[in-house]
Amino acid sequence: MTLHVENSNTTARPAGGPVLTVKNLSVVYETETPIPAVLDANFELGRGEILGLAGESGCGKTTLAYAINRLHQPPARIASGEVTFHDRDGEDIDLLNLEDESLRRFRWSKLSMVFQGAMNALNPVRTIGAQLDDTLRAHNPALRKPERKTRSADVLTRVGVDPARLRSYPHELSGGMRQRVMIAMAMLLEPQVMIMDEPTTALDVVVQRDILREIVRLKEELNFAVIFITHDLPLLLEISDRIAVMLRGEIVELDDAETLYRSATHPYTRKLLASFPSLSGDRGAFIRSGEHDSFEEQK
Amino acid sequence: MTNIQPVTEAAPPSPTEELATLARSRGKRATAAWRLMLPTPTPWLITGLALIGGITVFGLLAPFFVTDPGAISNTGLSAPGADHWLGTTQTGQDVLAQLAYATRGSLQIGLLVGVLATVLSAFFGIYGAYLGGAADEVFSLLSNVFLVIPGLPLVIVISGFVPRESRGLWTIALVLALTSWAASARVLRAQTLSVRNRDYVAASRVSGERPWRVIAVEILPNLLPVLASQFVFAVIAAILGEAGLSFLGLGASSSSTLGTMLFYAQNGFALPLGAWWWFLPPGLMIALFGMGLSLINFSIDEIINPKLKNARLVRRRARRTARMNRKAAAS
Amino acid sequence: MNYVLRKLGFYAIALWAALTLNFIIPRLLPGNPVDILLAKLQQRGGSITPETRQAYAILLGGDDSQPILAQYGNYLANIARGDLGVSISYFPAKVTDVIGASMPWTVILVGVSTIIAATIGIILGALVGWRPGTWLDSLIPATTLLAAVPYFWLALVLVYILSRGLGLFPGQGGYDVVLDPGWNLPFILSAIEHATLPALTIVIASLGGWLLGMRNMMVSTLSEDYVLTARAKGLPSRWILVNYAARNAVLPSVAGFAISLGFVVSGSVVTEQVFSYPGIGSRLLAGVTNNDYALMQGVFLYITVAVLAANLLVDLLYSVVDPRTRAKG
Repeated sequence: MTLHVENSNTTARPAGGPVLTVKNLSVVYETETPIPAVLDANFELGRGEILGLAGESGCGKTTLAYAINRLHQPPARIASGEVTFHDRDGEDIDLLNLEDESLRRFRWSKLSMVFQGAMNALNPVRTIGAQLDDTLRAHNPALRKPERKTRSADVLTRVGVDPARLRSYPHELSGGMRQRVMIAMAMLLEPQVMIMDEPTTALDVVVQRDILREIVRLKEELNFAVIFITHDLPLLLEISDRIAVMLRGEIVELDDAETLYRSATHPYTRKLLASFPSLSGDRGAFIRSGEHDSFEEQK
Repeated sequence: MTNIQPVTEAAPPSPTEELATLARSRGKRATAAWRLMLPTPTPWLITGLALIGGITVFGLLAPFFVTDPGAISNTGLSAPGADHWLGTTQTGQDVLAQLAYATRGSLQIGLLVGVLATVLSAFFGIYGAYLGGAADEVFSLLSNVFLVIPGLPLVIVISGFVPRESRGLWTIALVLALTSWAASARVLRAQTLSVRNRDYVAASRVSGERPWRVIAVEILPNLLPVLASQFVFAVIAAILGEAGLSFLGLGASSSSTLGTMLFYAQNGFALPLGAWWWFLPPGLMIALFGMGLSLINFSIDEIINPKLKNARLVRRRARRTARMNRKAAAS
Repeated sequence: MNYVLRKLGFYAIALWAALTLNFIIPRLLPGNPVDILLAKLQQRGGSITPETRQAYAILLGGDDSQPILAQYGNYLANIARGDLGVSISYFPAKVTDVIGASMPWTVILVGVSTIIAATIGIILGALVGWRPGTWLDSLIPATTLLAAVPYFWLALVLVYILSRGLGLFPGQGGYDVVLDPGWNLPFILSAIEHATLPALTIVIASLGGWLLGMRNMMVSTLSEDYVLTARAKGLPSRWILVNYAARNAVLPSVAGFAISLGFVVSGSVVTEQVFSYPGIGSRLLAGVTNNDYALMQGVFLYITVAVLAANLLVDLLYSVVDPRTRAKG
């Protein structure tokens, strides 16, 4: 009863081969009655592209992101599927079957994440500098201390944070600054893919704008791909190349941003697009009065 | 960039909220709030309840079935046998009979002091935190000061100054309660402060509810698990404290408790004479009772901190999965 | 800085409260401590002069010639001077001398035992919390049982098994009495030998509290976002355990040191009784037996000051360990 998505639908096939391929990925929550969190997810992520992943709370987008990096914890279990990382130097890495040590080395150096609510993603008892240092030491044991310090200072400057903050503790920074630090941390090893889970949701609109501009600018500079997860569809329309819409664990639509906006095929996508109020007040009846076409019947 | 609801940092969820989310995520209907407060029957909980139940029944009923604990006979210091199931003391008294009465005595005083201490800590902890402002500061300072002053030495000094004749049950109970309420008060205060700042309490106050009603209806139900846990601690501490006091000869003069039994065992040279049946049972009784209470506290802990419950369920699932995998590999 | 000042202020108030308690207790309770004390003193061969009576009246009350506030003032002055009277139980030694001789024994015993118990308990608690589902889980009910055991009873059992039964350690005393106390090797070795069972008692009985507290905090900490981030960053497992999880989980244990130290001191008093260990606890009990009120008061004061000082140190240490307290001020 689901709209099966074929990637051949879209005209925006990733150029030069994809950097990440997800095939038939299913994640199940093994509770007393098993709950499917992600059902048969299929998509490819092109090099240097921004893929938006949209959907309401609880639709499985975060579970999908965690599963790709094998960060999911019991009771979540990957029931089936393949996740392949196509490295820049030509190697194909099967993420789901990586050994522990290889997975550790893979993480962050090739694929990094920015989590929702960076407020708590930083260790409260270590300085920013120490945490950046930890990351460098874990992956580049050859780097010596002064070089590590320079790199850390560099990456902070890139996101617009004063390098003097290396000595600060997380609680001494504002929310916006902490999020920038998280982004800097994610860029530290110059990964090829960054997964960002609601990176700006908890911030005020002005800071949001700044940070999103940084992300796009950095992407242009370093050419990494981004999976941008958010419930804010209009935001994705502005910055993404392609957008995937998730509903109850399934990707129900995957298309160019432009095409999606103008002629979305799935009823849920259309409902999502229609729910955000516009400045002129035209749309938004769903929000104000609850009236909507029940898309359930159209399935 | 339109954002309908800017997500603000949520206040830490109360135990009931977290449990409700947990239950819902399992695909079950959200259970009534009060039912979520009840502990899940795990082997630990059942063992704990069995220990407590067994010992309480022993303390309540056994005195009716045993011989007179004060009856002296001339079979002094005999090992356990057919006549005396737990042997005899130095003066030929039946150890089992003494144990029965001593258990009852210890339970009595444990309960008494537990209740007194909990009432004190509830008053200083909950009421002070509810009032806020200067009252809260003073109550908090008071509990912190009482907390750092070492308890047993204080009790010893107070008991030491009281002449032996005046050391009745209530005096000792009062002294023990006065020196043990502080730790609980601090915990209750922290919990009350977190509950007090929640929206439904504010709503209740704004709508003009009287303070006692706000406390009773909105705040106390959320504190019940913590109160229960602190009461359990208070009883354990009371029994241990009284045992120590009696062992030193400073306990309530008229009563017979597990502590006084150990005092007589020590003074009757049970240890050097090798009469293990005299000093082993009373201490073991205290230890088992304390262990039972601690096991029950584990289950209460899970209610207060649902992450612990999660951890246990994760362990159980991991074991089940491992078992399934082994079976699959074998077949 | 603010934090330090607040802590100093608090402990000053606590000290004042302890001194005042010490002052009030003999005066509140029934009986006339001064008369009893002086009677006993005479029995031991001491001489009673009006000055002696006056001195004890200041210490213990019973002197109605001066208003209570003046008595309080004199009491504090005497304390500051270090005059705590003469001990009956150890007549004619001064109370301060008796305490001075026995204090080191207790401090070393309790100090070393607590450090050992805390270290083992916290490490085990971290391991049990980090990887649930191993055999380590069975440590929890085991140590809980041991924690519910009364210190002195555990001491009796240990003496019965290890000393009387197996003859491994001496069951009484602080050192072999034929030796000369002092900084010589035979004495030190003998002291260690005699301290083993008391220390073992304290360690076994207090281990459970540290273990359980640390384990519960580990379970909470492991579900925090920064631990997830650390795993996502590909940091080595052991590094995360130590620097991200345990480092945060141990904080409440440090903060709760106050409560545990109180318990340990209480437990050690009774333990010393069982072992006839020459520490400050047995002096306190000797005082109670002999109605030696001056000694009792003196010991209580010393114990309280020692505990307060230890707590102050730990609190100051906490501000070093948790940077957030420095900011709050």
